[in-house]
Amino acid sequence: MTDVYLGGKFVGTVDEPKQFVDNLKDKRRAGMLSKNVNVYYNDKLDEIHVEAFKGRLRRPLIVVKDGVPLFTEEHRKKLEKNELSWSDLVKQGVIEYLDAAEEEDVYFAFFENELTKEHTHLEIAPLAMFGLTTSLVPFTNYNSAQKVNTGSKNQKQALGFYASNYAVRIDMDVNLLHYPQMPVVKSLMHDIMEYEKHPSGQNIVVAVMSYKGYNMEDAIVINQGSIERGLGRGSYYRPMNAEELRYSGGLVDEISIPDKDVKGYKSEHDYRFLEDDGVIYPEAQVAEGDVVIGKTSPPRFLSGMEQYSLSSETRRESSVAMQHGESGIVDTVILTENAEGNKLIQVKLRSNRTPEVGDKFTSRHGQKGVIGLIVPHADMPFTASGIVPDILFSPHGIPTRMTMAHLIELVAGKTGALAGRYIDSSVFDSESEEKLRQELLGMGFRDNGFETMYHGETGEPFNVRIYIGSMYYLRLKHMVSNKIHSRARGPIQLLTRQPTEGRAKEGGLRLGEMEKDTYVAHGASMLLKERFDSDKTTVPVCDNCGLIAVYDEYKKRAYCMVCPDAETNFVEISYSFKLILDEFKNLCIYPKLKLINKY
Amino acid sequence: MTTKPKDDVAVPGSLLSEVKEANLSDLKEKNVLKALADEYDKMKIKPGESVGLVAAESIGEPSTQMTLNTFHFAGVAEMNITTGLPRIIEVLDGRKNLATPMMDIYLKKPYSQGQDIKKIALSIKETHLQDVSTEISINLADSRIEVFVDDAKLSEIGMSKQVLFSTLKGEVKGLSVDLRKDFISFKVKNKEEGINAIFKMKEKIKTLVIKGIKGISQVLPVKRNNEFIIITAGSNLKKILPMPFVDETRTVSNNIFEIEDVLGIEAARQAIIEEVYKVIENQGLNVDIRHLMLVADTMCASGKIQGVTRYGTVKEKVSVLARASFETPIKHLIEASLYGETDHLKSVVENVMLNQPVPVGTGMIKLVTKEEDTKEEKKAK
Repeated sequence: MTDVYLGGKFVGTVDEPKQFVDNLKDKRRAGMLSKNVNVYYNDKLDEIHVEAFKGRLRRPLIVVKDGVPLFTEEHRKKLEKNELSWSDLVKQGVIEYLDAAEEEDVYFAFFENELTKEHTHLEIAPLAMFGLTTSLVPFTNYNSAQKVNTGSKNQKQALGFYASNYAVRIDMDVNLLHYPQMPVVKSLMHDIMEYEKHPSGQNIVVAVMSYKGYNMEDAIVINQGSIERGLGRGSYYRPMNAEELRYSGGLVDEISIPDKDVKGYKSEHDYRFLEDDGVIYPEAQVAEGDVVIGKTSPPRFLSGMEQYSLSSETRRESSVAMQHGESGIVDTVILTENAEGNKLIQVKLRSNRTPEVGDKFTSRHGQKGVIGLIVPHADMPFTASGIVPDILFSPHGIPTRMTMAHLIELVAGKTGALAGRYIDSSVFDSESEEKLRQELLGMGFRDNGFETMYHGETGEPFNVRIYIGSMYYLRLKHMVSNKIHSRARGPIQLLTRQPTEGRAKEGGLRLGEMEKDTYVAHGASMLLKERFDSDKTTVPVCDNCGLIAVYDEYKKRAYCMVCPDAETNFVEISYSFKLILDEFKNLCIYPKLKLINKY
Repeated sequence: MTTKPKDDVAVPGSLLSEVKEANLSDLKEKNVLKALADEYDKMKIKPGESVGLVAAESIGEPSTQMTLNTFHFAGVAEMNITTGLPRIIEVLDGRKNLATPMMDIYLKKPYSQGQDIKKIALSIKETHLQDVSTEISINLADSRIEVFVDDAKLSEIGMSKQVLFSTLKGEVKGLSVDLRKDFISFKVKNKEEGINAIFKMKEKIKTLVIKGIKGISQVLPVKRNNEFIIITAGSNLKKILPMPFVDETRTVSNNIFEIEDVLGIEAARQAIIEEVYKVIENQGLNVDIRHLMLVADTMCASGKIQGVTRYGTVKEKVSVLARASFETPIKHLIEASLYGETDHLKSVVENVMLNQPVPVGTGMIKLVTKEEDTKEEKKAK
């Protein structure tokens, strides 16, 4: 008696579980049952699970009967002639989708020549096991699983050529690579997805060696000459919007150069790029503080006669300006209207992103690193044939991460580049390393990819041979120029009087609880106080009631609101403490301060 | 920091006798003793050192690097013990219900050499009725529970049916037990019991302890340093220690509360130190034992074990603000206001909140100077 569960709910029992499952599968293949149904017999628990619910991850496999795949040469020919489609094959039961549970029940072969009588399914292509980006990792099967994963994640962050109509599109945070290339070492997936139409990396020469310690801890040393020739160069686009909003009472925003008597008028200098319509012109070079779109809004609160006066005095400045630390060139200006029919201005800002120290690069194997040093072309090491590497990659990143494919791609890329052909590196189906090595040997190079190299500064040969080859490198979107941040003095929050948080607000870096502990542990009590002085205030405290008194700036006198005749004394506390005392009062707790002389 | 050697430094006697044993000349001995006193004084913690925080950091930092929660005994199914960070948290939090209570039972000679080791081990292992029965079923017609005993299993633990019957009679309350031909019958004395009650009774009967010591669910005799000891899963010091074959001077449990109960608070303090140190050592980390001593001292200072939680040691803090800054602030504040508590701002956290110098290190020194009298004042005198 085997329990049968439909969608996780018990529905009944059967006596012959195997037969029952086979029967269901046959019916599904014959089209009597929905193709979305999956059956799974768990012989350990003696349970049958029938699943038809949404949200199961499924993958297609070719059905095999008695060791012969149902997919025949005839099918292939018809497919080629476009007489048959994928869905036809699924309908015919040649291909079926299995979910994770049903996969447990089947025995499938990778390749057709491995088929035996016991096999129930055949893999369409080993590639089908992986997702799109993962299939873009070359020689995937030689990598550690974790690095395959990071490798495919990294590709999503690479600069590339994301859309051919990029010039007329308005997108948030666009990064474009100026000279993208098709990888020499490619997989089947690159062809399927037409990667050559939107590539996102470059084939470069990589030498595996250290350089003065500047590529330690995953950093890379990059050739300045290569950068000057266009390696990793890109553009960064960012849109800025302004729209003429309509408010109640017929008031509207106005896009124009603001009048000088408008509330919050910046300075004439800040508006210098604006044309008569209040919008900046293309190719203007803007920097921090410059206004891109001039705009004024009606007053926030209407009072008295103000709303009837049309004078600009009551209007408030609400221009779109360049934020702190930003700069760029105006690329496109678009005048249009939005869904509500309001006037809408969109300005696209462009800035060049030349690789600099701290920018992030990666191979397709999760071997990411930042630039540690940019070396003049003349000082880079070179090979006997005069090849100068673009990037020096540290060998220390290899042993613990076990990214063998990184090393294989290096020789494969070298072979491909020298032979002038693409190398197939599809998962489990790639060109063999042995053959690639032989080909390399035939072209007059060492088969293991090693070469004698010479010191760039002294010209002396290195005592060891260097592993050098060509591989596909990606520039990732994390760039220092977007992240660099520092502050000595700056804006504070209104409520707490503590420094603001975050780069956009020119904020400070928090000295947190654990950092505080280190000061205490060192006994550096005075230094600690100084670090927390960011919100210090001096407040008068009433002698009588112990509450915080007020200071009258006009009379230059402090007095308690509760007991006006009592004496007050000034104490220096953090403003946040004053705040918490206020919150105590909200809890109906009376926080009475008793002052005693410090000395 | 240079300090003048003090004359009244109390050097431990063990160090002094060590010097005496060296048989030095008088002058040499004097010099050595002076240098010893100097060194000893230098190693002492200076006033104003934040020992608690240093201890916390010294234990906290290495524990972030700890890996692997459990440790498995090779070859034995389902015998694992919590180690690593979860175990440290368990001990320092003062948790009463451990994830894996355990004992190391040391034996007296000749048992420690392996004599009857298996028998002894099995004799303390808790055996349930269901372990020796083939079937436990409810007979609804006669509203009784029938237990079919497996004779082979019974003899394996060295018990006869008769003995089993008499032990059961002693264990069970409110039920009449009968020894029938092929089963033991349990009948509810109070006749008007529902089916539900009988079912509950059945579950209870299943786990009746017929042999061994309550709480000891598994036993494992192992050889450690040339003697046999018994490692157990489950712990019951109170019952194990009086047993004739147990070496009560070395047998330990990993349950600090049991140790406190049976051996007293000082033993519990030692147990805390050892339990935590064992984990740290196990992970290949290096923490000075004095940090653990300090923590164990605070936990045991009141005479009862208190965990380092908001219900334990933190509750003992004098400062309201310090208590409020550590979990459930509102509760502490309201309570403090009800009792009209005063915060004297004597420790670290409160002073950080007020942005005042914290009274440790450089912050605890206060300088009081007597102002020199002015000329007029001198004259007045």
